[in-house]
Amino acid sequence: MIKDKFSRSPVSQQPHIIKTDDKGGIGSIVEVEINGRKIQVQMGTTILEACKQNNIHIPTLCYHEDLCLAGLCRICVVEIEGMRTLQASCTYPITNRMKILTSSEKVRKARRHILDLLLSEHYGECYVCHRNGNCELQALAKEYGVDGFRFGHITERRHKVDRSSYSVIRDMDKCVLCKRCVRTCIDLQEVGVLEATHRGYDTTISTFYDKPLADVICINCGQCINRCPTAALRANDPSDEIWEAIDNPQKHVVIQTAPSPRASIGEEFGLPAGTSMTKQLNTALRWIGFDRVFDTNFTADLTIMEEGTELLNRLKSKLVDGDTNIKLPQFTSCSPGWVKYIEHFYPDYLDYLSSCKSPQQMFGALIKTFYAQEHNIAPEDIVTVALMPCSAKKFECNRPEMNSSGFKDVDYGLTTREMAQMIKEAGINLPDLEGSTFDEPFGDASGAGLIFGATGGVMEAALRTVYEIVTGREVPFKNLEITPCRGFEGVRQASVRLEGTLPEWKFLEGIDLNFMIAHGTANAKKVMEALARGELENIHFVEIMACPGGCIGGGGQPIPTSPEIRKKRAEAIYSEDRNLEVRKSHKNPHIKYIYDKFLIDGPCGHISHKLLHTHYVKRGKFIA
Amino acid sequence: MPIMNDTIQFNVGEHRLALEKALKMAPQDIVMEIRDAGLKGRGGAGFPTGTKWLLALSAVAEKKFVVCNADEGEPGTFKDRVLLDEYTNLVIDGMVIGGYAIQANEGILYLRGEYKYLLSKLEKFLKEKRENNQLGNNILGSGFDFDIKIRLGSGAYVCGEETALIESLEGHRGEARNRPPFPVNTGFMGYPTIVNNVETFASAAIIISKGADWFRKIGISKSYGTKLVSISGDCKKPGVYEVPFGISIRDLLKMVEAEDAKAVQVGGASGQCVPESQFDRKISFEDLSTGGSVMIFNKSRDMLHILRNFMEFFVEESCGQCSPCRIGNKKLLEGVELIEHGKCSYTYLNELLELGKSMQLASKCGLGQSSPNPFISILTNFENEVFSTR
Amino acid sequence: MLVSEKHGLTLEIEKLAEQYGRTRDALLPILQEIQMRHGYVSEFAQQEIANFLDIHPVEVYGVVTFYAFLSRKPEGRNIVRLCQTIACDLAGKEAIARAIERELNIKFGETTSDTKFTLEYINCMGMCDQGPALLINDDVYTHLTPHKAVEIIKSYK
Repeated sequence: MIKDKFSRSPVSQQPHIIKTDDKGGIGSIVEVEINGRKIQVQMGTTILEACKQNNIHIPTLCYHEDLCLAGLCRICVVEIEGMRTLQASCTYPITNRMKILTSSEKVRKARRHILDLLLSEHYGECYVCHRNGNCELQALAKEYGVDGFRFGHITERRHKVDRSSYSVIRDMDKCVLCKRCVRTCIDLQEVGVLEATHRGYDTTISTFYDKPLADVICINCGQCINRCPTAALRANDPSDEIWEAIDNPQKHVVIQTAPSPRASIGEEFGLPAGTSMTKQLNTALRWIGFDRVFDTNFTADLTIMEEGTELLNRLKSKLVDGDTNIKLPQFTSCSPGWVKYIEHFYPDYLDYLSSCKSPQQMFGALIKTFYAQEHNIAPEDIVTVALMPCSAKKFECNRPEMNSSGFKDVDYGLTTREMAQMIKEAGINLPDLEGSTFDEPFGDASGAGLIFGATGGVMEAALRTVYEIVTGREVPFKNLEITPCRGFEGVRQASVRLEGTLPEWKFLEGIDLNFMIAHGTANAKKVMEALARGELENIHFVEIMACPGGCIGGGGQPIPTSPEIRKKRAEAIYSEDRNLEVRKSHKNPHIKYIYDKFLIDGPCGHISHKLLHTHYVKRGKFIA
Repeated sequence: MPIMNDTIQFNVGEHRLALEKALKMAPQDIVMEIRDAGLKGRGGAGFPTGTKWLLALSAVAEKKFVVCNADEGEPGTFKDRVLLDEYTNLVIDGMVIGGYAIQANEGILYLRGEYKYLLSKLEKFLKEKRENNQLGNNILGSGFDFDIKIRLGSGAYVCGEETALIESLEGHRGEARNRPPFPVNTGFMGYPTIVNNVETFASAAIIISKGADWFRKIGISKSYGTKLVSISGDCKKPGVYEVPFGISIRDLLKMVEAEDAKAVQVGGASGQCVPESQFDRKISFEDLSTGGSVMIFNKSRDMLHILRNFMEFFVEESCGQCSPCRIGNKKLLEGVELIEHGKCSYTYLNELLELGKSMQLASKCGLGQSSPNPFISILTNFENEVFSTR
Repeated sequence: MLVSEKHGLTLEIEKLAEQYGRTRDALLPILQEIQMRHGYVSEFAQQEIANFLDIHPVEVYGVVTFYAFLSRKPEGRNIVRLCQTIACDLAGKEAIARAIERELNIKFGETTSDTKFTLEYINCMGMCDQGPALLINDDVYTHLTPHKAVEIIKSYK
């Protein structure tokens, strides 16, 4: 399975592929002795895995559950009886009986030396670093009782900090060359912006021709940030400017919060993954000084109305009007990392994208028009902040066309991590707070809007509405939980038959609405390649999220990340949806309100098009 | 090429029938012959060739590869250059024999970029071999197909390491791989591959020609056969010599008419620096192991300057992948600079020596595992000279 | 780079990709050819090669910057490489280095203003028994003296 997942990495970085003529064969059990304990493992298990299974601790640095093996930091080395050199436990497969020592004298000395070497090159001090308290190098130094720089400490920078990007900042003087970012960008996401360059002591992780990140094809997904063990990679933090706005009595600062940060911010306060903090967060935000706290799920519901209608319009044009220029399948467009990805890599297919903005951007436009008018606030005094799990949204809100309100629709994108930091600065312990609701006029949204946070959520939300619009009945799934949409498989495909359609939608009678869901840009690539080969002729709707896991795995989410953590966050989202009263976007009373009062042309009407729809840029992948 | 006594093996004419003889044997018998001869890799690592070929033969795959490691980059080593230039036939026949032994049909000669001047000669040679039916399809009517293509290196010492070499062939940076799996199991493009030194292939051809028993009679202890050594430095007759294993440093010095030798670096930059008191030590895998490099330093030479040269070499040539080698070599070099400026305490020296030991154990490949060798051996054997005036 | 130059490069690389294959293992031979023909592998060339081999440009860049004989920036028409490793060093490479620097009026690591020569150090080139040694393009020169070295360099146009 892993071989398929990382088919582009060098062979050596895959686990040992057991050939059939190995002693014992596949699946057989081997007994080994680790630290004097006799342990049984499956043939081919790495020493590290065997230790994890048996609660034996081995420190690691370059190892990461989501990524292909590297075996290059050498922190995880162990001593194997009979072998002169120490072996990296993360890559060494167990194929026969052996005696292993995980913290013998040689091992301890070697690990400590490696740490000392890494620290000697690590510029800066912990107390002025944003990863203070959540840094793997710092944790290792503590674990090994490092209390001095045995091999000196550099006092001058060797590199310049790259602050060119709206989303990702690179500080290579803090890099430990674990290559997790390279493995993330090239293998996991298949975007390919970062790689090791030069050789020996001069080896640096860099971009093509060392260009600033903003000048290469980075899609801002921030997956590299999530996996970086130190402060070498971080998101572009606007909290200073936001504090300034909050402290400025002239400014009316409004924040919209997305579901994924609410399901994950608890991790920043020591809570286990999957502990939702939605209501407590509202209280914290008002305490900090935000004038209004809105629920992005409202515009998620709005996106469903707009995008659902757009899909039905496309289907009608194709099937009734016979328009051959209509592009199907329709692709979702709420993931700005995905949008930039398709703009760079498949610029000829932009017409397949829905023209809908993301919920974040729709909200910004509405706040500085509808909300400003209704409440008699000058839009130039409004500062809109978006709390997102996403690093790409910092780029998105700065896209030149995102000003349909006449002003910058969304002023700042703030990540979950940055929000937690602001809350701590305000002296608040989030879990201790009483809960409170969102502010009017947008209020609490539906569960459909909420599940946007998990991969498959947009599709499920869309189906809950589209199916009911077309047939007048609820989707035929128990408890409205459309299970074929759920799960973490890279590319999923399913369909829902439209039967018993209402008269207006007779042309869809008996049609299987075929949909696909993909998360992570490596899977987006698979889908686009299939599209290019003409294999998606019968698919109608595709949801793509740039980040593995969907938004709950976004580039702004708490660090660390792992398949287990993302699973728990998704569970929190689905259970929050289950407990809500309104679970369909079109049943959200505030949605009816906004169409009645403001978007009076209806979904995809003239006013909606002006404020809630957008266009895209053919960027191509050539790096100038 | 100068030779010594009558253990001469590298006589091309005598072995031109090796290929024909090999193709009449069964592959496993060739492997056994090589194993019985006790041939060990001649590139410096000294891995038993028979074992390597046996593992590759036993591997089950749709194709296999033979790679000749002609990336001779260890400072002081130039014997493969001579073999490729003047004894080409032995090397090529050795590759074909290796291919036949493990049942591979494709061979790659990885020639270091610095030897590009040999390229046209080698290509011409291969062309003639094909015309003589000693390369290509149905070699000498045996039904065995094997051909060789030449790939150039591009100036990276680390690509002499077998897995870094394979990475280079695959179009990657020359960064060593995780082992296991080993190349005999998962090598070039994931297929079973044997990577052997130029001299190893030539020796294999000689063994097939003259038999394992003959080979085994030469040498000492578990180091069988002869070794080509490339001798340079302060001596009257530098060059490539064929010597039996077991020859002492003292005898080598006599052979090349070295006067006033203070130290002999055996094994290149990654080897041991042998002081006068140990000149009775012997060239062998058990005692002083070398891929061939023997460099002689006389009494006028500054040992610290020599050490600096070696450490600068490693800092530049390290691939940079693993932390102990990438940063460790830099620290050792900085240590040398401290010593030069009279600022290295014994305490700090001990820290660096301990660091060297950890690098020897924890580095990902042979480069980092042996780059501390000159540091440890020169500062231990020549401590007085290095520190007395600093 | 002129459009016509780019177009020429693209065709050239396409031909090389056909010759060596359109997979990653063709990367080094293709880079070596481009390096040989043009004296360096340009930004544009690297992206084209990445396209033909279906890899990312930064991966090509990572490979080009790894190997000493591949260059990402234009170099002189002739690359003069002097061996700096111990055998050549002890045989007198220092004097040769200074003589070449004086003659070409550049320091090691630089290129002459008329772009005729780039001067670099190289690590052990395997000529240890006959040092000091020079590698100029693909040509090897050994048993050098400062005067000989300068004469040899002058013979290159």
